[in-house]
Amino acid sequence: MATVIIFAEFIDNKIKKGTLELFTAVKNDSVEAILLGTDSAELVQELSRVGAKKVYLVKDPVLKNYNSAAYAAAATEAIKKSGATVVLGSGSMMAKDHFPRLAARFDGGFVGDCTDIQISEEHVTGKRPLYSGKCTANFAFTDKVRMKFILMRPNQLPAPQIKKVPTTAETLPVSFEGLKVRVKEVIQGTSSQADLTEAAVIIAGGRGMKGPENFKLLDALAKPIHATVGASRAVVDAGWTAHSTQVGQTGKIVAPNLYIAVGISGAIQHLAGMSSSKVIVAINKDPEAPIFKKATYGVVGDLFEIIPKLTEEFTALVSH
Amino acid sequence: MNILVCLKQVPDTETKIKLGRNEIDTNGIKWIMNPYDEFAVEEALKIKTQFPGSTVTALSLGPKVRVTEALRTALAMGADKAVVIDAEETLDNFVTAKALAAAALKIGPFEIILAGKSAIDDNSFCVGQMLAEFLGVPHATSISKATYEGDRALVEREIEGGAREVLELELPCLLTANRGLNTPRYASLPGIMRAKKIAIEEISLSALGLSGADQKIKYMDYQLPADRPSVKMIQGDSGQQAKELARLLREEAKVI
Repeated sequence: MATVIIFAEFIDNKIKKGTLELFTAVKNDSVEAILLGTDSAELVQELSRVGAKKVYLVKDPVLKNYNSAAYAAAATEAIKKSGATVVLGSGSMMAKDHFPRLAARFDGGFVGDCTDIQISEEHVTGKRPLYSGKCTANFAFTDKVRMKFILMRPNQLPAPQIKKVPTTAETLPVSFEGLKVRVKEVIQGTSSQADLTEAAVIIAGGRGMKGPENFKLLDALAKPIHATVGASRAVVDAGWTAHSTQVGQTGKIVAPNLYIAVGISGAIQHLAGMSSSKVIVAINKDPEAPIFKKATYGVVGDLFEIIPKLTEEFTALVSH
Repeated sequence: MNILVCLKQVPDTETKIKLGRNEIDTNGIKWIMNPYDEFAVEEALKIKTQFPGSTVTALSLGPKVRVTEALRTALAMGADKAVVIDAEETLDNFVTAKALAAAALKIGPFEIILAGKSAIDDNSFCVGQMLAEFLGVPHATSISKATYEGDRALVEREIEGGAREVLELELPCLLTANRGLNTPRYASLPGIMRAKKIAIEEISLSALGLSGADQKIKYMDYQLPADRPSVKMIQGDSGQQAKELARLLREEAKVI
C-alpha cells in the first residue's frame, strides 16, 4: 500500500482544521505527517489522534517564519526518509507556494485546489474546479507517475475519525546552508480573522456598502460567528479594502460552509469565485440582482437596517 | 539585466464556459493576456527603466496563431523580444513548466524571471514555482511590492490573513506577481506599430525534447456545476427578516 504523507500546519499550537480534514481522505493505515518549525508534543499528540503513524519533525530557527527554500528543503528530507509516494496538503498560502516546487523536484505530478479525492491501492483520482468554478473536471495521474502531490481545498472533507494509533516522532537533521531566500521581516495583518481561502464562514461586502467606513458593520456581524470579511472587486478597485480581501476570479476562490453576500450584485467573475460555497445568503436592495440566482436564502431590503439586527440575532444565538 | 516574462493567454473573465465533447468548447471565446501576467510584464518594463540596457523577453506556450496576439500585446507595452513555444491547447502544468525552462535555457540566461501568480483559467498556482525548480533558482510567489539591487531582489508578499512577509532573494530568481504590484500600462500607438515589426521567434515543443506523453496529469469528465436549488426569499420587515434568517441558518442549514 502506498504510504501517504501529510504536510501538517498549525496555528496557536493547534493543528489547522484543513490539515485534520486530510486524514479523512486516507483509508489505509499507512499515513505519516511532516511538522516543521516545532517539536510540540501537543501537536504530535493531535496528529496521533487522527491516525498519523509517524511524525517527521524538523526544528530550526530558519523555519520560524515561512521560507520557500527552507520549507522545501525540510519537506524533501522528510519525504525521502518516509518513502511516501502520495504527499497531501491543505491549500494554504504556504503549501501552495512550495508543493509545486517539490513536485518538480521529485519528477512528480501536482494537482491543487481539489474538492474531492480518492486514494486507492494503485491510483489517486479526484475532482477540481476549473475556470474558477465555472466547470469541474475529474483528474488522474498518468500511468508512470510515481510521486503524487495533491492540495485539497479546505472545508471539503468531514472531520476525521479519532483513531488510537501508536505514533513515533522522529527529528530529522536538515542543513539549511546556502539558502538563496531570506525572510527579512513579517508584517502582521490588522485582522485576527482566518484567511479567506480557509475560512468556514465568509461575509463579503460590495458596492452597496457605500463606503469603506461601513465595513465595520460587517466586522461586527463577523465577530459572533467567527467569520472572515471579504469584498467584491468593485470595492477593492475603489480602494475601500485591501487586495487581499477580494473574492472572485481575479481574487480569491473560496468555498466556505456559509457565504453571506452583502450589497453585492453578483458579476459573473464574482460568482465564479464563490458559487461552490455550501450555503449562500444574499442581502441586496435590488430583487433582480444576479446574486439571488446562486443564493440559498435571499433577503431584499436595506442592508443598513438588516445587518445591525442580524448581528443582534447572531450574538443571541451563539450565547445560548 | 536580462529579464524573462512568462505569460499565458486565457479566456476573458466574462466568458461563459460551455462544454465540448471531452473538454470545454473554445468556440467564440475571447482570449486575453492572463490578468496577473500583465503585472509581470509591467514589472519587467519597470526594471528595464531602472537598469538601462536591460532586455525584456516575453515567452508563451500554446497554439502559436492565437498566443502570438498576447505576445504582441507584451511587445506593444514595451518588451524587446517575444518567443512562442508552439503547442496544443491542453498540456499540463508540468510539461508547460519543463518547456518554459528548456526554452529559457536556450534563449537565456536571465537574471530575473517574472510570471503571474496564477492563470485565471486553471487556477493552478504552480507553473512559476515548477519553473524555478527546473532552473535551480529561488522563487517568491504572489508579490505585491519589489525593489531590485544589482544582485538581489527585496520583495513583499501576502501570507495568511492579510499578513505580509518581506523576503530577500539572490539573483537569478523567479517572482510571480499579485495584484497591487503595479499598474500595467496601456500599449501606446507607436508601441503597437513597433510591435507589428518585431519578428516573433518560434520554438516547437519537440525541439525542446518534450511531447504530450510527458504529462503527469490528465483531466476528464468535464461538468458544469449543478444548478443550485432555487432561492428561498425571506419576507417581512427588517427585524423579521433578520430573525428568520438567523433561525434558518441555525436550524435548517446548520451552518452557525
